[in-house]
Amino acid sequence: MSNQYLNMDLLRFTTAGSVDDGKSTLIGRLLYDSKSIFEDQMEAIEIASLNKGEEKVNLALLTDGLRAEREQGITIDVAYRYFATPKRKFIIADTPGHVQYTRNMVTGASTANLAIILVDARKGIVEQTKRHSFIASLLGIPHIIYCINKMDLVNYEEEVFEKTKKELVGFSSKLTTKDIRFLPISALDGDNVVNRSKFMDWYEGSTLLHTLENIHIASDHNLIDCRFPVQHVIRPQKEEFHDFRGYSGRIAGGVFKKNDEVVLLPSGFQSKIKSILNFEKELEEAYAPMSVTMTLEDDLDVSRGDMIVRVKNQPEILQDIEMMVCWMGEKPLLTKGKYTIKHTTKNVRCVVKEILYKVNINTLHRDTEDKIVNCNDIARIAIRVTKPLFVDKYNDNRTTGSLIIIDESTNNTVGAGMII
Amino acid sequence: MNKYHLTHLKELEAESIFIIREVVAQFENPVLLFSGGKDSIVCHHLARKAFYPANVPFPLMHVDTGHNFDELYKFRDQLVKETNAKLIIASVQKSIDEGKVKEEKGINSSRNKLQTTTLLDAIEDHQFDCAMGGARRDEEKARAKERFFSHRDDFGQWDPKNQRPELWNLFNGKKNFGEHFRAFPISNWTEMDIWQYILQEKIKIPSLYFSHQRDCFTRNGVVMAKTSFTETKPEEEITNMQVRFRTIGDATCTGATISNADNLEKIIDEVTSSRITERGGRADDKRSEAAMEDRKKEGYF
Repeated sequence: MSNQYLNMDLLRFTTAGSVDDGKSTLIGRLLYDSKSIFEDQMEAIEIASLNKGEEKVNLALLTDGLRAEREQGITIDVAYRYFATPKRKFIIADTPGHVQYTRNMVTGASTANLAIILVDARKGIVEQTKRHSFIASLLGIPHIIYCINKMDLVNYEEEVFEKTKKELVGFSSKLTTKDIRFLPISALDGDNVVNRSKFMDWYEGSTLLHTLENIHIASDHNLIDCRFPVQHVIRPQKEEFHDFRGYSGRIAGGVFKKNDEVVLLPSGFQSKIKSILNFEKELEEAYAPMSVTMTLEDDLDVSRGDMIVRVKNQPEILQDIEMMVCWMGEKPLLTKGKYTIKHTTKNVRCVVKEILYKVNINTLHRDTEDKIVNCNDIARIAIRVTKPLFVDKYNDNRTTGSLIIIDESTNNTVGAGMII
Repeated sequence: MNKYHLTHLKELEAESIFIIREVVAQFENPVLLFSGGKDSIVCHHLARKAFYPANVPFPLMHVDTGHNFDELYKFRDQLVKETNAKLIIASVQKSIDEGKVKEEKGINSSRNKLQTTTLLDAIEDHQFDCAMGGARRDEEKARAKERFFSHRDDFGQWDPKNQRPELWNLFNGKKNFGEHFRAFPISNWTEMDIWQYILQEKIKIPSLYFSHQRDCFTRNGVVMAKTSFTETKPEEEITNMQVRFRTIGDATCTGATISNADNLEKIIDEVTSSRITERGGRADDKRSEAAMEDRKKEGYF
């Protein structure tokens, strides 16, 4: 038992759906059927459901953590839920689905390896299906599972599932996501969620939980392009480590090995990796997303915000950057506006040079007329930064390809950028 | 499993170490809140890993209600000695003596809530700009909405409806003078992850977590330890029981579990089969449905 748990891996997924398509019920189902809801939690939501005059236990109350959310019966913020099976540990980023919460959906999607998008079997593709799919694809989530839900309300008919699937295949061919799957479920009764449905013999694929447990996620990280943004310099000031100078950080891409020839950015100096440390243990190699400390053969001037990369595989060094941005600020994005940018471990300032177009996230059309970028809008913009950044395209590397925009007057995070 | 693929514990560890280093890089004067409970012990272990071979570059701070178990104080002092840590004690007793807070009266009285004032005062006195803590999102529903980097205004208050979005691994610790941050490096860990990690890393924890004999009584279905500072009603019978603690907080509001689990493997089996959350035994959370959210807004940890 104990050993089994030590060999589990981790899958982060996000769920998208709006009020009525059964998202909370689905999450409740996964937690309940995988025995991750505890008696005292169940007791608390039973009492809460009764107090609100509801007839059935409302599993949605499990995920609504804030008083305002419970009072208004809506999810405002991203809530994180955890469950585990003997195979995997799961982190669910449960996000609200309304258009006015696009920024929350983007936040939840930013760290997810997989997205579950719920589609009501009775309605098929609706506007929000397109929106959720677009966001999942924009945020570079490698796997999408479309759950065609409420199959119980269409008599579990295969034709309904096939028709919806066909529509989705047609639509999703426009997305960049490669791994897309389709599942007929009924979250309310748990059909094909954890247990196989008795009513859908025609469906030969796996259940949702089985899919979540077995989907191949080992290659979701970029293990080719070596990127090590220096986070912190370690100088112990101790007798026994007198000359120790270590560069610590989290590997953003690739596999680094002892004795690798590396180059430091921005200085361009070359050196060799002398050692890779994880606490007291010396490693032969380290890979994304490990947190390690490296030492180099040569004594060089390296500080936070620098990047260690391979000589023959370097990121782009750019001051003019184009990106897709999801705007999250209360005030609209300002052309010619100045903001602070945080990219890997580096802070720089920027000026917004141009808003190229806005994306209508329901139709996916580009709007070049209306260029006012408000909260929850997604747009393509061009910025110029004060100091060069070491970047990759977001589609190649979600760490070196992403950045946040900070409003200098409020210190708030007002934008999420994905470099093109 | 693929050669270049981390186990869930390794991935969680990498994430937490990244966050602890980010705190040190972004703040001038951070502190780690240390209760002597397993979560803060794991945080301290991760901090040691993050900066090895250098010492942990921030102090530990124990907000001490004065109502802790003796075993806990002993463990705390031992750990400080062995790891060369710097310890600051913020005393709730002192806040009471200075008249800043008033002790609760009555049979269910607890100093747990008073910790908020002591904590905020200590943050101000020492001018800490970021207090790290071992809170986990799986513990409680208000904590499920907490950010890794959580902004506090100049009164130390949390505004849950107006939190900064947190994307990828990009943490925004910018603030105005007088404001501070709370940072939660083990947000994504569950109780089970903590126990597995303690087992994997062979981390020392206080003996209170293991099954032992203790004088206890039962109140509202919760087994409580009899201590010199807990009042009991006449009908509450004191019996010697075989118990252990799933969480360790102030002794007046931390429930014990009847258990024979006297080693980590047995504890893990017990946690696996348990149908009650660890905070199920915390009297402080049972005060109302939003008890934790209300305390957190005021500045509780």
